[in-house]
Order: sequence, then C-alpha cells, then structure tokens
Amino acid sequence: MTKGWKLYDQRLAWVLVAPVLILLTLLLLLPIAMMTVYTFFTFVTAGVESAVLTFDNWKEFLTDSYYHGFLWKTVRVGAITAVICAILGYFPAYFIWATTFRHKWLLLLLLIVPFWISFTIRTFSWIHILGEQGLINVALIRLGVINEPLPMLYTEGAVIMGLLHFLLPYMILNVYVSLESIDRTLIAAARSMGCTSAQAFREVTLPLSMPGLGAGLLLCFVLAAGSYVTPQLLGGSRDALFGNLIYDTIMGQLNWPMGATLSIVLFVLLGAAAAAYSRYMGLSQIMKGLSA
Amino acid sequence: MRADHPDREGKWAWRLTGVVTVCVYVFMFAPILATVVLSFNASMFGGFPLTGFSLRWYEKLLTNEPVLDAFRTSMWIALVTATVTTLLGIMAALALVRFEFRGKQAINTLVILPALVPETILGVGLLVMIKAVDQPRSMTLLVLGHILLTLPYVVLIVQARMVGIKRSYEEAALSLGAPRVSTFREITLPLLIPAVLASVLLAFTISFDNTSASLFWRPAGVETMPTQILSMLKISISPEVNALGTVMILLTVGIPLAGGLILQSLTWFKAGK
Repeated sequence: MTKGWKLYDQRLAWVLVAPVLILLTLLLLLPIAMMTVYTFFTFVTAGVESAVLTFDNWKEFLTDSYYHGFLWKTVRVGAITAVICAILGYFPAYFIWATTFRHKWLLLLLLIVPFWISFTIRTFSWIHILGEQGLINVALIRLGVINEPLPMLYTEGAVIMGLLHFLLPYMILNVYVSLESIDRTLIAAARSMGCTSAQAFREVTLPLSMPGLGAGLLLCFVLAAGSYVTPQLLGGSRDALFGNLIYDTIMGQLNWPMGATLSIVLFVLLGAAAAAYSRYMGLSQIMKGLSA
Repeated sequence: MRADHPDREGKWAWRLTGVVTVCVYVFMFAPILATVVLSFNASMFGGFPLTGFSLRWYEKLLTNEPVLDAFRTSMWIALVTATVTTLLGIMAALALVRFEFRGKQAINTLVILPALVPETILGVGLLVMIKAVDQPRSMTLLVLGHILLTLPYVVLIVQARMVGIKRSYEEAALSLGAPRVSTFREITLPLLIPAVLASVLLAFTISFDNTSASLFWRPAGVETMPTQILSMLKISISPEVNALGTVMILLTVGIPLAGGLILQSLTWFKAGK
C-alpha cells in the first residue's frame, strides 16, 4: 500500500498525525486567535457586536477596579490552594513512597478513585459537611457546643476546601512520581556519612522531589484559578472567581467582546505561570504527572 | 528513608507523616460517604440528622424523566467521544513515538495543551468560533468539544505504552513482508490493548463527568448528567440528588474497577495456563 516509502517515512507520520492536528487547529488554535480578535470588537447590545475595531474592552478592563478585584481574588485563592495542597499533599506522597506496607497499590488506587467520581458530586458533597444541616453543625448543636449553626458554607474558606478536595490527588501523585525516581542509595549514603534523618530529608530527598512539587504547584494553581463549578456551588456571591465572571459576562450579559477579553486575560495569566515554570523545570514533568 | 537506623527525630517525623496521611484520606472520602449515607435517609430534607432508612428516593429517581433523559444524553456523548478520541489518539501516539519529523516537539506540546487550558477558556473559544460562522450550538459541537478535552489524556496513555513496545517486533513482521496495516493489527494493537482499554475508560469518564465546558457548549434545552445535577442543586439539596449521586458513584467507580479486575484475572488465567 505504501510502496516506495521508507520504513519510518515522514509522510506516513504526517498522515497519522493529520486528524489530530486538524482538530486541534480548528478547535483550539483558531478559537484562541478569534477570541483575541474579538477583544477588539465593539459591544453594541446584549448578543450583538460590530466588527468596528476598538480598544474599549481593554480600557475598561485596565481601568475598572471591579475586574482588578476579581483578578486579585482569583490569584489569591489559586495560590493559597496550591500552597496548602503542597503542604498537605507531601505527607501522603512521602508515606506511600517510604512505607513498607505490602499493599501500597491500594493507597495509590484510593488516590485515583476520586478521579472517577463525578466532580460535581464530589463538590456538592461538601454541603453535607459544612452546611447548616451538615455533619459539623448538626453534631456541634447536638453536643450543645453551639446554639446557632456556624456559617461555614458559601464562604471563601468553603471554596478553598472544595478546591483542595479536588486537587490533592494531583499534587500527591506528582510528588510521588518524583520521589519514586530518586535513587534511594543517595539517602542511605547521606545517612552513613552522619546526616540525621532530618538533614538527609532536607539536603537530599526534598531537593530531589522538587520537580514533582513544582509541577503539582503549577497544576493546582492553574486548575484552581480556572475553576467554575466549585465557587458556583460552595461560594457565596462575593466568592465568585474569574471563571464565573467570564461565564456571567458571556452567558448572562451576552457581552461577547468583554467575555473574550476576560478569557484572554485569564489565558495570558495562567500561560505566564506555566511559562515561568517551564523555564525552570520543563513541561515534561507535567506530562509525567498527568499520565501517572 | 526511614528504614535505616531511624533516630528519635526521624521516628516522630514518620509518625506525623502517618497521621497527616490518614487525615488526608479521611478528608478525601468523608464527604462522599456522607452523600451515600444520606441517600438512604428517610427525611424529606437532603441533610443531617438521619431519621431512618428508606429507598424511596431511588424509586423517585427511576420515574424522573429529565434525569433519565440527561443520563441517556451523557451516555451517548461519552460513547462517541471515547471511540473517536481513542482512534485519533492511537494514530497520533504512533506518529509521535515511532517517527522522527520536523515540528514533532511542537505537536507534542500542542496535544497536551487542552488539559492545561482552563475549560472556561476552551468553552468561550468554541462559542466565539461558531458565532463567527453564524451557527447555533449543536450536539456535534458538544461532542467535538469533548473530543478536544479528552485527547491529551488518551495520547499520553498510548504514548507511554508505545514507548515500551520494541520496534523490532514490528520491524520483524514488516521485513517478512507483512503489509503495514496487518503489522499494526497483528503485532502492535494486541500489545497496545491495555492502553486502549484504559484510554476508552478514561475518555468515557472524563466526557461523562464534564461540567464547566458543557455548560457553554450544550445546545439550548439539552442537559447532560452533570448539568442536570447542577440545575437540581440550584433549587435545593434534595435527597433525590443524593440518591442520584450515589448511583453515579457506583457506576463510575464500579465499571473501571470491574474492568480492571477482569483484565487482571484474564492475565492471571493466561499465566496460570
């Protein structure tokens, strides 16, 4: 069928990769390019815009403190979530790596199971823990510790809690993959040269697990800052993040040029975070984490 | 490593690690367990306290037409997505692992991109696109979107497996005169089967579960399972939502686990012979 073609002919490679390339061009690259063009369109009225080019959307974004507030809150929530994930996630990753427990695979499987459970269900299940009729409030009232239910749901704390719940497995798996690639004799060597176990951890294990920790931090930040469902379900109206702002601008106000502008802002922000990261670590670590 | 002569400091650190690990696992599963337990609660309200055991929310679910409709829609979309993405993913992975060509690195990065770009941005992107060509939102758009979302994972899984398959097997078949297509069918594909099954399952679950992007892409009046749950939650946390959640958990955790077990016992069976 391919007579006259070399064994690993470039032409065959292009034939194989062509459908994916066309798909990604049409559904990813072209849309991002068109969104960029849309940011310069003029908003006429809900659902209608004209192709008259203008800087108004960008001016509005750059001068209106309403948008700056959203941007700051999104970066803050994303950063807090990523850092807590790193701190809480390192322990289980280290535990699974170092344990002599025979059924290690079970601990790893339990980390993968949440990926199979619907994200919406995992998120709304927090209402049963934090809500007025949630586990904590009902138990505390029964015990007589409080008289009124504590307002825990529909706060920024609840949003961060939901994001942690969703992102911890990503962090743990990333750190674990990186720990697994450490040559364990290095640690034994450090110990035999007189390091205490704390020193050996600080000087050998921790630095060598940095690629995984970094990849986890980036992944958690990007996914938290881009989230839509979690603030929608667990946050109050003041806890909406950038994703919710974009959704409301496009689906509610039907202001497409502004919605496109906000999307490009979020894209550039998260792209900058990823670029800064890949300068130091390379994106291959993320791929390892995603396929783990 | 804790095994070599742990000092006192090390012992305490190890204990702390164990305690935090247990807490993290509890944190991961407590809310999900609460949902499952509450779905059997007799109370009219979706929260605590527990007032008695009842299956009536499950009965109500079986006659809830919108929920059943959404279920069918999601199943259909997920099946098409899983099939198409796996096919495309295998082809791309084959090219990216076996061949050397210009721009390979760029394509490698491009393929991963949909997993790193937030869904809201992907969502807006496709909408702007069809708005520009003046098309309404359609099921085709929704499915194409889901293919875009699942592609990175499938390519990564198949690539990882393909790297482990020796070229010499394929080259041997080719040098003996087998056409490329039969070489792929007889040699490469059987060796790829675990990755193919994993891809189909993962693409299916990602598609079935997708919420944010589907909110943008779905045609007017169409609900997928997650968007249906979201709209039910807008009214209140009803016990019915808990029952629905429990059914979904059983399905989405049960199917891959069963699949894995069957695969495991098959290989075990073969090895036994």
